[in-house]
Amino acid sequence: MELGDRMNQHALALVDVRKRFGQTEIINGVNLEIVAGERHALIGPNGAGKSTLFNLISGRFPVSSGSIALNGTDITSKEPQVINRLGLSRSFQINNIFPKLSVFENLRCSVLWVLGYRYSFFKRISALRDAKESAEHTLEMIGLENRREKMAGELTYAEQRALEIGITIASGASVILLDEPTAGMSRSETDVAVELISRVTEGKTLLMVEHDMGVVFDLADRISVLVYGEVIASGTPAEIRMSKKVQEAYLGTAVDGDEE
Amino acid sequence: MEFFLITLLNSLSYGLLLFMLSSGLTLIFSMMGVLNFAHASFYMLGAYFAYQTGLVFGFWPALFLAPILVGVVGAITERYGLRKVHKFGHVAELLFTFGLAYVIEEVVHLIWGRAPVDYRIPESLNFTLFTLFNTQYPAYRAFMMLVSVGMLVSLYLVLTKTRIGLIVQASLTHPEMVQALGHNVPRVFMLVFAGGCALAGLAGVLGGNLFITEPGMAFSVGSIVFVVVVVGGMGSLVGAFIASLLIGSIQTFSVGFDYSFIDLMAALGVIIDSNSSWYAGLSITISQTAPVLPYLLMVLMLIVRPRGLMGTRET
Amino acid sequence: MERAFNKSRLILWSSVALLFVLLPFVFPGGFALSILSQLGIAIIFALSYNMLLGQTGLLSFGHAVYFGLGAFVTAHAINFVESGVFGLPISFMPLVGGLAGLVFSLILGFVTTRRPGTPFAMISLGIAEMVAASALMFTTFFGGEGGIVTNRTAGGAVWGISYGPQVQVYYLIAVWCFISMALMFVITRTPLGRIANAVRDNPERTQFVGYNPTRVRWIMMSLAGFFAGIGGALTTINYEIITAESLGLMASGNVVLMAFIGGIGQFWGPIIGAVLVTFLQSFLSNFTQAWLLYFGLLFLLIILFSPGGISSIITIHAPVWRAGVMKRLLPSYMFALWAGFVTLVGIIGVIELLYRGTLVVGVHVAVTWVFAGLLVLVGAFFLRRAIRAVAQVWADLTPELARWS
Repeated sequence: MELGDRMNQHALALVDVRKRFGQTEIINGVNLEIVAGERHALIGPNGAGKSTLFNLISGRFPVSSGSIALNGTDITSKEPQVINRLGLSRSFQINNIFPKLSVFENLRCSVLWVLGYRYSFFKRISALRDAKESAEHTLEMIGLENRREKMAGELTYAEQRALEIGITIASGASVILLDEPTAGMSRSETDVAVELISRVTEGKTLLMVEHDMGVVFDLADRISVLVYGEVIASGTPAEIRMSKKVQEAYLGTAVDGDEE
Repeated sequence: MEFFLITLLNSLSYGLLLFMLSSGLTLIFSMMGVLNFAHASFYMLGAYFAYQTGLVFGFWPALFLAPILVGVVGAITERYGLRKVHKFGHVAELLFTFGLAYVIEEVVHLIWGRAPVDYRIPESLNFTLFTLFNTQYPAYRAFMMLVSVGMLVSLYLVLTKTRIGLIVQASLTHPEMVQALGHNVPRVFMLVFAGGCALAGLAGVLGGNLFITEPGMAFSVGSIVFVVVVVGGMGSLVGAFIASLLIGSIQTFSVGFDYSFIDLMAALGVIIDSNSSWYAGLSITISQTAPVLPYLLMVLMLIVRPRGLMGTRET
Repeated sequence: MERAFNKSRLILWSSVALLFVLLPFVFPGGFALSILSQLGIAIIFALSYNMLLGQTGLLSFGHAVYFGLGAFVTAHAINFVESGVFGLPISFMPLVGGLAGLVFSLILGFVTTRRPGTPFAMISLGIAEMVAASALMFTTFFGGEGGIVTNRTAGGAVWGISYGPQVQVYYLIAVWCFISMALMFVITRTPLGRIANAVRDNPERTQFVGYNPTRVRWIMMSLAGFFAGIGGALTTINYEIITAESLGLMASGNVVLMAFIGGIGQFWGPIIGAVLVTFLQSFLSNFTQAWLLYFGLLFLLIILFSPGGISSIITIHAPVWRAGVMKRLLPSYMFALWAGFVTLVGIIGVIELLYRGTLVVGVHVAVTWVFAGLLVLVGAFFLRRAIRAVAQVWADLTPELARWS
């Protein structure tokens, strides 16, 4: 198959992506293909470069080399807002909300661009019914209706996490990146979050970084394992569970002292 | 030729003075994320303290006393002011130092009045070091350069070779970790802030009697220092160094050029009619534009390379 | 809350309009009119500044540039009307100033808004210095040291209004102030206004919801420049002269003070700040040389203890008011006020003594010194206790207030 054809078929396609910070190569040539509509988990030991990879895909950092394509369109090293407007949305590991706006306002701001209001200062925002309804809808989906007017900075951690996801999906992007969505959550909070995630990503493409294996095996259609900036294995949960390479990566280098 | 050499030497001494100021500012900014708007006010305090203590003790003790006094003021400011405001964010910190600049200026008015004070070069340094062509080069300028270089070299050595210097460097990027290791990071911050202010004070001691010592000196120098930091790249000492020399040169050289666009055209053989409506604008000489040039450079830098010459980080 | 024509809001705005109309009758006299005119201009300026700081998180130290440039352009425009180059009623001159402010902030803003936060603050300072320095270079436009003089009655009377008498100028200012206030308020309730808040809170996140934060800042900057220009035009009309001082650092610093003291967290905060600072400047400067020092100290106090300004002090009490427990606060507040007053008198005494000459030493002066010093110490001692008492009352109240906030 032609390179161009391959890229056209996937929601997200990374070809030989590399990222260097100074002298250190964090991402060592990653090839990854995410099929549209699939739920894909990215796992790997700490420091493997998962968040960096997310940052490269979403435009937070430019790549050192390689290419990234979203639904066939090249998005390599583009500005984050450009990538977002093409249909990719991401959440953050550390809550990245608008602390001084209300929960409702957080969600409303997330849909303004998508609904075409751009930089308009001629319309009263309270009159924009579609923005209001869209925000209400998201509000319900993430279960924060009774927190509607609360300042986002005053929510509990788990509520902020939910809002974080809400902001990410509010604009209706087709490709969603979630960076450790259940980080810091208790067992019961995680279950709620998993249920939320699977609901809101219905029919969308999901790529998520996760450490909680329970979550991964619950949600993911396919898993990729990132170690030292390279994808060492990619397949269904069952395949990954069996893979010797993965076992080595998680257990081998830690136990064997002379293997650097 | 003579003009060039003399002006070059003057640029160097002025540039080094600027660097003393901007290095303190950069250090404080790198470590604490605070842009000390009142930095030039500490420069001014250094000059005034030196003048006052010089009246009692003479220049040489004042040279040591004044910066220490300024450092103490800086430490108090950090401990009781800045530290409190820290939790409100960077904007609040910047505004605090902004208000502080106002207050320091007014207190100076209060104590020393609005007119310039007679802070003079000490007799022991008031001679000609050498005569280049026909111009006499004052020893004081050379002394200034010597002290500046000496101060900066010792600063470099302290930061890189001593234990406290290493702690300071570590706190620059990982204050929480350093604190977890048992060091008193708030105290380190206070030391760095006081040190930066003392450095500014020293610059004031040196510069105050060469340039004039008056209440307005803080604001005039302060803006230039900001330009230096922006052009050099925020958070970069090397950038501050290059930018200090660059801007020092621009300011010193441009004051000496009494040529205007009209003169340039005349040299090319084009005479512009003095009755034309453009004459007024075109007859502006370079020396008249001198005050604007550093800011123009800053604007250009922002257009072409927003992070400055050696800047690495967004704030 | 978000309904189109909120009745209480309508009443509020109508009352404001009525107030503007009636003020000259409540406070008649030349001096009062002059202050009221200054107030109107200051309000426009401070509100335009808050579009940058409170709404978009842009701390600018050079906002007076647009105010001043608007003023200068208007001055020249009025002079053109006087010499017959074109005709435009003085009533519409503020638009000229506004457009000038808009154009300049579009141009300069393009360069300055690329970086937020601290770099922006420094750059704004640099631009302000640059413009102030150029003012002495381009004497035809800026008029050098003497500035540009103009005649606000130029063009003759339109519908009987000549702007000769101050009261007419006041009403002109009042009208434009009201219009500007209303427009600026409406802008806060538009998509741009809300996104500007989002950019203030978390510029990076706005990128990830599709917005370019630099573009947002640039647009807000331009709008702020527009309104500042209107203020500038009005000041030209009011004083009939404009000098480079109006676009200088003092003026820029002044508006920072106004906005911050009043409170940047609420739309109406800067209005309070503008009124307070303008009043104090006009009155205090008659009584003491130290007025700028007092301002600086007030500013520092506000930043240290209530960075939200006066407006935040007011809004903090809203739940208390709603819960009906204001009475509980009174005793400790009275205590604090008394102690604070004593300390204040002492401090003022010390400062004034210093200003009047440290060299004059006599028994009289020495006694006053001692007295003032004592006041400060005593006042400070009680003040500390008072503050603790206030904190205690609030700590007791807070759990009860949870329902009301």
